Amino acid sequence: MSRVVSSSTESAVSPAPAAAPVTMAAALNQALADSLAADERVVVFGEDVGALGGVFRVTDGLAARFGERRVFDTPLAEAGIVGTAIGMAMNGLVPVVEMQFDAFAYPAFEQVTSHLAKLHNRTRGRLALPVVIRVPFGGGIGGVEHHSDSSEAYYTHTPGLRVVTPGTPADAYLLLRQAIGCPDPVLFLEPKRRYWSRETAVLGMDGPSIDRAVVRRPGRDVTLIAYGGMVATALEAASAAVEEGWDVEVIDLRSLSPFDDETVAASVCRTGRAVIVHEAAGFGGYGAEVAARLTERCFHYLEAPILRVTGFDIPYPPPHLERFHLPNTDRILDAIARLQWEDGDRG
Amino acid sequence: MKTQYARRGEATAADGLLPTATPLQLIDADGHPGGNPGSLSLPEPEVLVELHRRMVLGRRFDSQSTALAKQGRLAVYPSSRGQDACQVGAALALRRQDWLFPTYRDSMAVLTRGVPAEETLTLLRGDWHCGYDPYQYRVAPQCTPLATNTLHAVGLAYAARLKDQDQVALALLGDGATSEGDTHEALNFAGVWKAPVVFLVQNNGYAISVPLAKQTAAPTLAAKGIGYGIPSLLIDGNDAAAVYAAVRAGVSRAAAGDGPTLIEALTYRIEAHTNADDATRYRASAEVSGWLSRDPITRLEAYLRGAGLLDDSAAARLTAEAERLAEDVRERMNADVSVDPAELFEHVYARPTAALSRQRDELLSELEEPAS
Repeated sequence: MSRVVSSSTESAVSPAPAAAPVTMAAALNQALADSLAADERVVVFGEDVGALGGVFRVTDGLAARFGERRVFDTPLAEAGIVGTAIGMAMNGLVPVVEMQFDAFAYPAFEQVTSHLAKLHNRTRGRLALPVVIRVPFGGGIGGVEHHSDSSEAYYTHTPGLRVVTPGTPADAYLLLRQAIGCPDPVLFLEPKRRYWSRETAVLGMDGPSIDRAVVRRPGRDVTLIAYGGMVATALEAASAAVEEGWDVEVIDLRSLSPFDDETVAASVCRTGRAVIVHEAAGFGGYGAEVAARLTERCFHYLEAPILRVTGFDIPYPPPHLERFHLPNTDRILDAIARLQWEDGDRG
Repeated sequence: MKTQYARRGEATAADGLLPTATPLQLIDADGHPGGNPGSLSLPEPEVLVELHRRMVLGRRFDSQSTALAKQGRLAVYPSSRGQDACQVGAALALRRQDWLFPTYRDSMAVLTRGVPAEETLTLLRGDWHCGYDPYQYRVAPQCTPLATNTLHAVGLAYAARLKDQDQVALALLGDGATSEGDTHEALNFAGVWKAPVVFLVQNNGYAISVPLAKQTAAPTLAAKGIGYGIPSLLIDGNDAAAVYAAVRAGVSRAAAGDGPTLIEALTYRIEAHTNADDATRYRASAEVSGWLSRDPITRLEAYLRGAGLLDDSAAARLTAEAERLAEDVRERMNADVSVDPAELFEHVYARPTAALSRQRDELLSELEEPAS
């Protein structure tokens, strides 16, 4: 099934899907609408997701179209949202809930880590929780404190959760549909700085499965590993690297947990060099796990140490200072330059 | 005074929301009917007989489990002795289609709901985290983190309402759990959604060692219901008839679409928090003996004998039934536990991930290596 996003909030079904410019927010909205239409068990709820359509408008028009039994506002309490989603899933619904911002999901942490992630295991698989928690995450939008956290490592360190994040509008559609169809609980991290990025694409279900990484740009010299909001940054850096003579491969991880060892290790064993990029603080960050796994699998193929380009080990900066914190093309190129190049290595 | 904000109806009065000042009671501590019935009415005789029977069985199960914990056969056992009326009254008040959301201290309620003793004790023996199929008995896994189960109950109940199913959820919690944020959120969500939920707070006076006076400044825990627009009852938690009648009334209200009910049942934990706790460090033995004289089983037995519903031969048959249950529990718990290390990887996700399959294989090959 493929659908084309129209500019209106109503989903338009086109008999002959054609590529059209679409933002990530609109693609996510379309994924929610199509999931609600396809499966009557799906319910969407959270803070301000009803009449307002969410603070990022990702649920725009859904309450009007599907009614208050399918799409509804809740009291302002994140543990309550996740805790009740667990109970609803126990009773046969497929809740897709919204946390308004990354740092505002923390009150739900106990429900996520102690129950959502563990009830399937606790009950020897008798109780499945097909819950999706949508979390707008990361910085780059000039948000004040608590509106720009990269919280992925808190969740990837929790067995039982799937953690996924899209890097492009088309993949936002696909990944969210896959997350809603997945029997496991899924933390769905939406890179808020890319909500308004446009891509000309047909939104559909064709593509890699929920747990696979993809090569967004093939290259021979070095593998750039990114996810979420950093995928576009990594692609920009890869383009800029051409001038320096580096042929950069860019991998979009998509699924942070489970991790697609196969795709990523194959790339790094081929290029012999790897740089991991993320916004989150480097210390104890997700990139450390990626670097360790690649060292275990690709050591004898490596021409240089695996490097990380990450945010500093500081609380997320205020808006006027965030540009100093976030990884950018220059930092990525600097990291690539430090990968012990010798004559004849490039191209 | 009218405000500019849209509210739920015009009424701002607390009519019908506040509990009574003194606990409702159907059978007093000496086994006499009457007490302080308020809105509650005495259950039918066969219900009273069954409440007594299940309490006797539950008490024996509980004492056997405490003994097994002391012998090291259970990893730990949090006894609910003294709270027998709450445990049994609440579980029996549920209809077949309703759901129970118990905590770790509610093993007697789980047993009364029909879960076999061995499956009830799986968590506490330590061979898995939950031994029973929640859907088979409509009993959620016993919850160890406090108050988190209240939100699950609200969600399950609200889903039933969204699906137009006649189904009520009963959340069990203790006095300590009322201080947790999740209790506040659950009561609030339930009130706003008019979710078909009954909250039963077993106020046993202590959260491990911390007495109620250090837990809350509220006049009663039931009084908190008004803040959520939830009608509340304060009851004698050692009166099985009152617990049954109050929970039944809550279930009926919920099933009729009138929303949640909050019940505070005053009771007492006779044993320590668990077999690993020393209660003499924080409470006086006179307090315990005072509560022992208000025993819920003795009270109902006195009533039943007075009403001609129980005689010596029936009591002897019941004692024998309880001993058979205890013997069965002993036998099953003294048997060697069979655990499968491969299962550690099996249920983390719907299907094991590639990485988990590798880890399972590593562990299994490690186990296959001959001991050196």
